[in-house]
Amino acid sequence: MNRPIPTMPKPPARDWTIRILMLLLLLLIVASFATLPLKWREFFTVDAINSTMELLAGFAPPETSSGFLAKTFWASIETLAMSGLGTLLAVIFGLAFSLPASGRFGAAPRAAVRALLNVLRSIPELVWASIMLIAAGLGPLGGTLALAAHTAGVLGRLFADSLENAAPLPEQSLRTNGASATAAFFYATLPQTLPQMMSYTLYRWENNIRAAAILGVVGAGGLGQMLKYHLSLFQMPLAATVIIAMLLLVALVDGVSFAMRRALTR
Amino acid sequence: MPTYQLQDLTVRHLGGRSAPALQAIKLTIEQGEQLALIGPSGAGKTTLLATLSLSHKPSEGSFNAFGADPWALGEAARHRLRAQLFLAPQTPPLPPRQRVVTAVLAARLPQWSVWRALVSLFKPEDPQAAWQALSRFNLGDKLYSRVDRLSGGERQRCGLARLLLSPAKALLVDEPLSALDPALSELTLTTLREEARARNATLICSLHQVELALSHFPRIVALRDGRIAFDLPREQVTPEMIAALYQGEQPPASKPHDDDAMAVKLGVGACL
Amino acid sequence: MTAMTATPSAVQRDPALRRRIFIIITALVILWPTMVVSEFKPWILFDEQSLAATGRFLADFLVPAHDTEFLQMLVRETWNTVAIATSGLTLALLGAIPCTLIINEQLSISALGTGRMRPVALAVRQTVRWLMVILRSVPELVWALLFVRIIGLGPTAGVLAIALTYCGMLGKVYAEILESSDAHASDTLLANGSGRLAALLYGALPEAASELMSYTVYRWECAIRGSVVMGFVGAGGLGQRMDESLKAMNGAEVSSMLLVFVALVALADQFSKVLRRRLG
Repeated sequence: MNRPIPTMPKPPARDWTIRILMLLLLLLIVASFATLPLKWREFFTVDAINSTMELLAGFAPPETSSGFLAKTFWASIETLAMSGLGTLLAVIFGLAFSLPASGRFGAAPRAAVRALLNVLRSIPELVWASIMLIAAGLGPLGGTLALAAHTAGVLGRLFADSLENAAPLPEQSLRTNGASATAAFFYATLPQTLPQMMSYTLYRWENNIRAAAILGVVGAGGLGQMLKYHLSLFQMPLAATVIIAMLLLVALVDGVSFAMRRALTR
Repeated sequence: MPTYQLQDLTVRHLGGRSAPALQAIKLTIEQGEQLALIGPSGAGKTTLLATLSLSHKPSEGSFNAFGADPWALGEAARHRLRAQLFLAPQTPPLPPRQRVVTAVLAARLPQWSVWRALVSLFKPEDPQAAWQALSRFNLGDKLYSRVDRLSGGERQRCGLARLLLSPAKALLVDEPLSALDPALSELTLTTLREEARARNATLICSLHQVELALSHFPRIVALRDGRIAFDLPREQVTPEMIAALYQGEQPPASKPHDDDAMAVKLGVGACL
Repeated sequence: MTAMTATPSAVQRDPALRRRIFIIITALVILWPTMVVSEFKPWILFDEQSLAATGRFLADFLVPAHDTEFLQMLVRETWNTVAIATSGLTLALLGAIPCTLIINEQLSISALGTGRMRPVALAVRQTVRWLMVILRSVPELVWALLFVRIIGLGPTAGVLAIALTYCGMLGKVYAEILESSDAHASDTLLANGSGRLAALLYGALPEAASELMSYTVYRWECAIRGSVVMGFVGAGGLGQRMDESLKAMNGAEVSSMLLVFVALVALADQFSKVLRRRLG
């Protein structure tokens, strides 16, 4: 009995969807570069390079007079306060929103509140700040409210997901044994989700300090306002000090947040 | 010219611990020889193979490959030498989501330019050769399958099929039979030996199955506690020597399987 | 029969009570100056002047602007925003990929066999690492401000700002993803003489590809939001128009731009979900 000689298997059929997707992506990239009025040539002329070098050289050395350092210090404190308070407000509102958004009150409120949260977090902090400044005037109040609004959207959604993923049994057994809904929530569901919620909040604080630092660019005070002011006057050494202060502030908050998160998981 | 000459070699564990993994190794292996490496778990077989494939630098003693000290060479020359020494590790080094044809053709990477390698990722350059190699291990029909759809034994043979495509002059195989049944074990060892003989390559194979080692390999090198216990032609190996070699061997502890998914925090809904 | 009575002194003080009280007091002590420093006076929102301004603005808000010229401009600027984000991210990729290759320690040939790299290789890796830290620590808006000063208003500043910041971010996360994946396949390829890039392509990439792709698409979505933000300092796109309309207190225009923006973000979100599913 002759065994048939094995033949090489045929290669599988080509997957067209992936190729089409890749082609579309390539088209998007090429179209982006082509339609934008990008000034590459001007960027690379000798003039431009010279003026860039001059500009960059103007940054060093950064300004270190004690008067200016004091101003920078207070602006940093203002920025820090903006970020902290904004995050705190966001936690309060986020928690409040997360209750209907996790489906506790039915499917319709869930959909409606989630849509609201999506709108809140789609709008970047800077855009919120510009809007809030209309009501709050110039200064850090607008910045705080802007951070609160945007972050409430982010945290509300994260908290709602946490609540939805929490084990339902502890709360159910408390309810079965006669506890009210509110009490059951605070004794059973919230303690489960609290560590994760705090962790999210700390991560968002790290994000918010970066946002707060630049909100001043539209007038919300703090380091951002100083930066825009000094850059517009071409006072480069002063601007350099402000940028360094921003970097230090961000590093500080990152460090504190990391330490607190580690303490949480101990 | 002998393929390997090891004289009084000491190899220490990497990473801080200076306990020796191999001590006072004296070994000379001629080109075209075929030998089996046996010994209890933890004796240092894998470390020896790693040393022979230039993946582990010896700390003391003299080590010559193809007549020269590879660790005295420049980095580029040493890396070229590595292409002549093929190491097939115990766990098949195949990315789970890759197709078998690409995984097997990766044997040719040392000869390919980056552009060729890139092109072959999308359209394999020589599927015919890959299929022939796989067929010798009864895996021809799996040419276009994904590696993670294969069984453990199939994956192991797939790793060995890669060996058939490499042009190496020394083949270092670490425990190729751990997931194979007796029939497949025979087929695998026979194929490896035929290939080595066809190209006059040196074949060094570490095995736990002592009977297979004795039946297939003319020379047996036994390791125990990092030293060579004996290095003899198979006719001179007695059952008593084998028993003494494996005396007191503990069954290997199961390694805790590190199964973490690649979880990268996507910045917790952040964008800045 | 004596009843067991627990005397108060035998009952232990709640060990967590002191710490909880301490935390609350600390929080309050920090809270008060925080509110002062950040000029937190929410009642300002409700004084006459603010209410009047808000009222006017919101009244305009209710009917989004929809004349043809405005809508045409809107479509054009929305495309500009997407284009800025895409170009910036592409440039960032071109920079991040080589950087990732350089700092990846798994692909070090000089460390093969000894576990220690050549000092030069180590120095190069550290330098590139620090460069990327600097690139991503400076907020992209600051880069945009600088570039607007150098190059002038327009999308080039935005594209460059995104390119620099995201290069640092992408490089870091790519390196993390590659490092956390199983190195056995690429280690063996390196040990058998293949080059670094080939070992990456054939050993590490098949596993990491979907994660890398997923993160890149997510960052593209972020870049779209970022490019709107940078419009506020003159880097073109939707943000610049929004800034102008807000300064002019034109509620109708702002409201239609916000609508478009929210829709754009939602669309980009969906698109990125589809891409991540298909390419992953």
